[in-house]
Amino acid sequence: MSEQDREQPESIEHSTRRTVIRSTLVACGMFAFGFAMVPLYNVFCQVTGLNGKTDPNPYMYKAAEAKVDTSRDIKVQFVATKNAGMSWDFYPSTPQVTVHPGEPGLLNFVAKNPTGKTIVGQAIPSVTPFEATNFLHKVECFCFTTQTLQPWEEKVMPLRIIVDQELPKHIKKLTLSYTLFDVTHLN
Amino acid sequence: MTSVTDTASSLDQEHHHGPAKGLMRWVLTTNHKDIGSMYLWFSFIMFLTGGAMAMIIRAELFQPGLQIVEPAFFNQMTTMHGLIMVFGAVMPAFVGLANWMIPMMIGAPDMAMPRMNNWSFWILPFAAVMLVSTLFMEGGGPNFGWTFYAPLSTDYSPPSTTFFIFAIHMLGVSSIMGAINIIATILNLRAPGMTMMKMPMFVWTWLITAYLLIAVMPVLAGAVTMMLMDIHFGTSFFNAGGGGDPVLFQHIFWFFGHPEVYIMILPSFGIVSAIIPAFARKPLFGYTSMVYATASIAFLSFIVWAHHMFTVGIPLIGELFFMYATMLIAVPTGVKIFNWVTTMFRGSMTFETPMLFSTAFVVLFTIGGFSGLMLSIAPADFQYHDTYFVVAHFHYVLVPGAIFAIFAACYYWLPKWTGYMYDETLAKVHFWMSFIGMNLTFFPMHFVGLAGMPRRIPDYALQFANFNEMSSIGGFMFGTTQLLFLFIVIKCIRGGAKVEAKPWEGAEGLEWNVPSPAPYHTFTTPPDVK
Repeated sequence: MSEQDREQPESIEHSTRRTVIRSTLVACGMFAFGFAMVPLYNVFCQVTGLNGKTDPNPYMYKAAEAKVDTSRDIKVQFVATKNAGMSWDFYPSTPQVTVHPGEPGLLNFVAKNPTGKTIVGQAIPSVTPFEATNFLHKVECFCFTTQTLQPWEEKVMPLRIIVDQELPKHIKKLTLSYTLFDVTHLN
Repeated sequence: MTSVTDTASSLDQEHHHGPAKGLMRWVLTTNHKDIGSMYLWFSFIMFLTGGAMAMIIRAELFQPGLQIVEPAFFNQMTTMHGLIMVFGAVMPAFVGLANWMIPMMIGAPDMAMPRMNNWSFWILPFAAVMLVSTLFMEGGGPNFGWTFYAPLSTDYSPPSTTFFIFAIHMLGVSSIMGAINIIATILNLRAPGMTMMKMPMFVWTWLITAYLLIAVMPVLAGAVTMMLMDIHFGTSFFNAGGGGDPVLFQHIFWFFGHPEVYIMILPSFGIVSAIIPAFARKPLFGYTSMVYATASIAFLSFIVWAHHMFTVGIPLIGELFFMYATMLIAVPTGVKIFNWVTTMFRGSMTFETPMLFSTAFVVLFTIGGFSGLMLSIAPADFQYHDTYFVVAHFHYVLVPGAIFAIFAACYYWLPKWTGYMYDETLAKVHFWMSFIGMNLTFFPMHFVGLAGMPRRIPDYALQFANFNEMSSIGGFMFGTTQLLFLFIVIKCIRGGAKVEAKPWEGAEGLEWNVPSPAPYHTFTTPPDVK
């Protein structure tokens, strides 16, 4: 009896330790999960096209199937914004183009480095409404690569887009927005 | 963990079983009853602090127009009221009750890790002081609402936000340690014969709550850490301009936030599941279904978070999923309400104060549940979103839900804690003033909310004046009455009619086997549970 009494606390101590270690691991795991939600959310948005995140694969559109759908006119509007700390002037040559689905639309974006330093920029696209995200294809885009501007340099950057023929019928207007980031420190 | 053996070996140290003397007793204590009391006092101080802020809010809203405070200060009041009530009042009160009651309910000598217990309590006052001190800093305290949505809480927040973030971190650490301690106690220190399905409902609900806590408090810590990095280290987790997404903040926040609201209600379910059988003098109806219903609610709480965000622009399929999942919660909750009512049915009921609060809990929590169902209807939510209807809803589940249950628990176990019966007449006055005051405050909010009065705004259109006046009068009534509660508790500690080990005729549970007041050390030898 007395021997059992002495052994009892031993085993409680062990099982308590096990419980505590497990619970602490769960807590740490959930802390990590909080951060894992960021990439998970991005992947989820890209797969579903939610929140205007465009598909990372720009060559998804198959040109061979192209047949211009002249029955519809789609307005594509362009927005250019700069992230905080980006000093370039950045704007589209035209605020809007009207195209038929399947017909390429061509325009330019203009970027100008108003500083005396060489700056590397990267543009990130986003499309609204989100249902249209996967139906706006960029055939040629300055956003595929980083852009480097020498001091005081101005650059005209072409953009060629095609609106997919499969675009849902009720969508008449799309907005393609670019945010320009200063990524000099990454290069 | 050594202290488990310490407590066991304290059997041979019969001379050393009383509390230490002086102030250091409270600083150094590892006794679950001392720590439970400190938690309860801390939460009551926070309750009065957050309540004072509510009084300022109601005073400003007494009449349309701006009378008493500046809008900027009003925003800080709504924010701090929410934060303090959630993290400072309700959660510590439940942890305090868990500390006091769980070891006595399962026949354990103390919590599994008494020293960590001391630590998790003593973090709290420092975190609370840091949180409240932001009000006196340049630029004022947090003013972005208790949900601190980015970018309001990042790009546009006052400089004191960093202190707010650290306060949340500390409160989170305290909660997680408390939860781990409770899990370890319940799983390892039960008396021989106390199987899981023999545990009192309060122990069950707290076990499930503790799991919710260790699952979601770290996510909250992650969210505020991301805010910290966005503010100070140039990251863009929530900054759309930098490739981040403010909507992501809402997802992370409500992934924490929805389980959090169940953290604040599940222990209440346990409390009323102890009190209603005691005063109906019948065993709890459907114990097993209560356990499973609690577990189902806890599980569902993880898959409904986006019902707080119906209006941010989630796709139709998402709205439908979160709408139906939310409505599903009504099923286990309905099981619980049914069981309580059935326990009362044909019982020999008497209405001492704990029972009054518990009965009010069942009725008023059901009202809050129904308005929750209304809000869960996604297409209708576009009308209700961010109006006073939401304020009415969550106050109906939190005030009669969490707060009334805490009052009920205090009255129910005060004789056990102090050895004296509280003043029943004054307690009944406290109940009726709270009941009337609470309903007068929050019921009219349903009407002004449906008519479109937005929440968190210090001014309102003239047609809402009468209902707001009523709300304010009810609020002052409810607020003042809590000072009476303080008086009743102090009076009960100082003396009163002596009570025996079991002052309530129908009460069940191991805690009633120990004398009243409960000795400093209980169950140093585990009881035999049949």
